[in-house]
Amino acid sequence: MADIRNYTINFGPQHPAAHGVLRLVLELDGEVIERADPHVGLLHRGTEKLAETKTFLQSVPYMDRLDYMSMMVNEHAYCMAIEKLVGIQVPERAQYIRVMFDEITRILNHLLWLGTHALDIGAMTVFLYAFREREDLMDVYEAVSGARMHAAYYRPGGVYRDLPDRMPHYQANKRQNEADIRRLNENRQGSVLDFLEDFSNRFFGYMDEYETLLTDNRIWKQRTVGIAVVDPDRAKALGFTGPMLRGSGIAWDLRKMQPYEVYDRLDFEIPVGRTGDCYDRYLVRMEEMRQSNRIIQQCVAWLKANPGPVIVGDHKVAPPSRVSMKTNMEELIHHFKLFTEGMHVPEGEAYAAVEHPKGEFGVYMISDGANKPYRLKLRAPGFSHLAGLDELSRGHMIADVVAIIGTLDIVFGDIDR
Amino acid sequence: MPITPETLLKRVQETLGDKVIKGAVALGEATIEIAPEDWHEVSLILRDDSALAFDLMMDLCGVDYSAYKDGAWEGKRFAVVMHLLSVKRNHRLRVRTFCADDELPILATLVEVWPAVNWFEREAFDLYGIIFDGHPDLRRILTDYGFIGHPFRKDFPISGHVEMRYDPELKRVVYQPVSIEPREVTPRIVREDIYGDVGQRGGVV
Repeated sequence: MADIRNYTINFGPQHPAAHGVLRLVLELDGEVIERADPHVGLLHRGTEKLAETKTFLQSVPYMDRLDYMSMMVNEHAYCMAIEKLVGIQVPERAQYIRVMFDEITRILNHLLWLGTHALDIGAMTVFLYAFREREDLMDVYEAVSGARMHAAYYRPGGVYRDLPDRMPHYQANKRQNEADIRRLNENRQGSVLDFLEDFSNRFFGYMDEYETLLTDNRIWKQRTVGIAVVDPDRAKALGFTGPMLRGSGIAWDLRKMQPYEVYDRLDFEIPVGRTGDCYDRYLVRMEEMRQSNRIIQQCVAWLKANPGPVIVGDHKVAPPSRVSMKTNMEELIHHFKLFTEGMHVPEGEAYAAVEHPKGEFGVYMISDGANKPYRLKLRAPGFSHLAGLDELSRGHMIADVVAIIGTLDIVFGDIDR
Repeated sequence: MPITPETLLKRVQETLGDKVIKGAVALGEATIEIAPEDWHEVSLILRDDSALAFDLMMDLCGVDYSAYKDGAWEGKRFAVVMHLLSVKRNHRLRVRTFCADDELPILATLVEVWPAVNWFEREAFDLYGIIFDGHPDLRRILTDYGFIGHPFRKDFPISGHVEMRYDPELKRVVYQPVSIEPREVTPRIVREDIYGDVGQRGGVV
């Protein structure tokens, strides 16, 4: 007991590399991590408890605020759980719209992950490029829902409204002259789908740009290769899903293995890693973005050719149209009941899972037949991933913790709920 | 090709024998209910049996049934529900157990079975006060340092018991009893199954 050299440092909760409000208590031997104890819950809002006091529809916007980097995918799982309990079949066009926006969200999430991960371990430029593309996709979010992030676009039974025919234009302002505005508006002349088509054609080139910055970059490799290696069995034992599992070489993707919506009709591939280190997970996520882009292209082509309803016609679940509500007594009653008392979901329990950009996002819902859920449990992928941080960081240097937090792709909205 | 939930349930019942108190398939999901004393043993079988091979513990959560159907619940109050996934065989199972004692719900920990369960058990302990016997580190996880009570229990008010503010005179953060009135905009209503469905009532409105 003569010489105790271990000391403890506190990392976060207000640290630029903490990706939100992670507080990490690190036990160090020199510069080597002996133990990492993440303290979470600083962003705990009790979403699940709040949902018990709200009608099913009122909780949809709360889902956006879980993982605030992949808003629509959270809504998707929540709506799927309700649809499972009520037993509604979503119209085909709505399914394609959902799949398309899931993939847009996946690109949004991975771009943010890429930008911040690179920024954390010393590559500044990628962040700026990644945010340039995020801007375009957020404009698409805004065009369909009116909000750039917290969309509340998916509803039980479909989506809130059909894709608009016109992509919003930039307006002349003090900073940009007319020539600038004209150039910015060039690809916004058509519908949202035209804009997305243009984007997805450009996006493969952007992906190559990111890769030239990082993939063969010596510093990037030094910081990520061989860091936080997870072997496949350990990844499963630790409850890893999504890119964390695929990075370790397990080809598990809900979109392929337990397909939901129309994923079984789309052509895409599942990238897997080989060694299960940070670099492999980087490559997996990069390839996932390309595959997402392919899915978007297929969805755009389908949606252009196939008009149709985007939400179910059952007005006990979905609101009637504005016109019929104003002219039809029965529809007026439906509308009133739906927005005051809310829908009644039959007694039962359901677990709906989607392939979230970060892993498996699951919604477990118990209903006792009331207009509010009896219990809502949100299974956030980041929760399991962060729990594995202790094991992943042991024996690594303190600087690698930042790389490991980056590779886990954690967001506190969904971990703390 | 994954097996159907019915086949899975049959297989689980054959493997576990009379340890399955209740087994059902609803909405395409297989659920089994087991006794709390079998919790650990059953989990080991579910993980190690080669035909079941539940290698991934997806989710574990507590449920407080005391207010179910506005208090019509007869059974035990606290349940723990676990969702298992087999990556190897591509099927899912829900396992539920009711804790024997409503006052002091205790269950064996599954940390050695699936290490992933660690934080989920901490969460169930934090939010519902369910104690996982043998858990290496059963601390609160989501609530504040020094929090009192288990907030997800149905008798815990949504507005909580204490509020926090900065006191300029004491120059520190102080806790005090909540000053807001709980307010419910939409009342919770449990309707009978055939509510609003005129046809099923035989035409009598």
